[in-house]
Amino acid sequence: MLAMKTPNVHDWLTEHSDYLYRFALARLRDPHLAEDVVQETFIAAIKSPSFAEQSAPRTWLTGILKHKIIDVMRKNMREVVATDLMHEEDANMDEFFDETGHWAEKPLAWDIPHDALEQKQFLVILQQCMDKLPSKLAALFLMRDIHETDNEEICKELSITSTNAWVMLYRARMGIRKCLEIHWLQA
Amino acid sequence: MLNCKQTSQLVSQSLDRRLSLRERIAVRLHLLICKYCKRFSQQLLAIRIGLQRMTKSMEEDTHLNMPSETKARIAKALEAESK
Repeated sequence: MLAMKTPNVHDWLTEHSDYLYRFALARLRDPHLAEDVVQETFIAAIKSPSFAEQSAPRTWLTGILKHKIIDVMRKNMREVVATDLMHEEDANMDEFFDETGHWAEKPLAWDIPHDALEQKQFLVILQQCMDKLPSKLAALFLMRDIHETDNEEICKELSITSTNAWVMLYRARMGIRKCLEIHWLQA
Repeated sequence: MLNCKQTSQLVSQSLDRRLSLRERIAVRLHLLICKYCKRFSQQLLAIRIGLQRMTKSMEEDTHLNMPSETKARIAKALEAESK
């Protein structure tokens, strides 16, 4: 009978830590936070009862990591309170549209570039625009559009309603689009 | 008939939930006649695709590695845990 080979967590660390780190960094955008969640992932892994059975460690570890990432994102959003949301609801009224519901400033014509070098430049500007968002909007936007957490889970994690989420995501997207338009067309 | 503000809200929401048939028709009608909202809609999609690309490229960037001191620190922490 073949004995079950116990996975060696140090081998896993060697093989998977870079990937997990990149995965976390792509979503949290902060190297220290990314390191922390990767460490917590490995510790959770060795403590897990199913550690010995893992034949596809990367997938399994990534699953643990995703939960840790959401925990961090949730903490960042913790200060979202009713007053913030009210402010958001009012704010979307005046800035982008006139009283008849028409665009105050009409969207200009631009598209994502097809050329690889231009794409890189575009993504740099996109990142800068995201950095300009108020941090709560940015956190929610990251959770939804980058981490691809579904709306139900976001609402559950953050104890907000779907409507709250839609309003904030709308604000984030309007802001990013406008910022991109200004800076991309200048580039 | 939807105005641009209403359309922009629904277009954004369509990225997060399934619009009802009624909403989808109303949006589509507005987009047919309003080139500004059509641009807006295309640009929101472009942003989402851009983000997916950005995420993927970060995940695959072999220059973005975890510092070796951090790996050593984690290895130590793991050893402490197994005692």
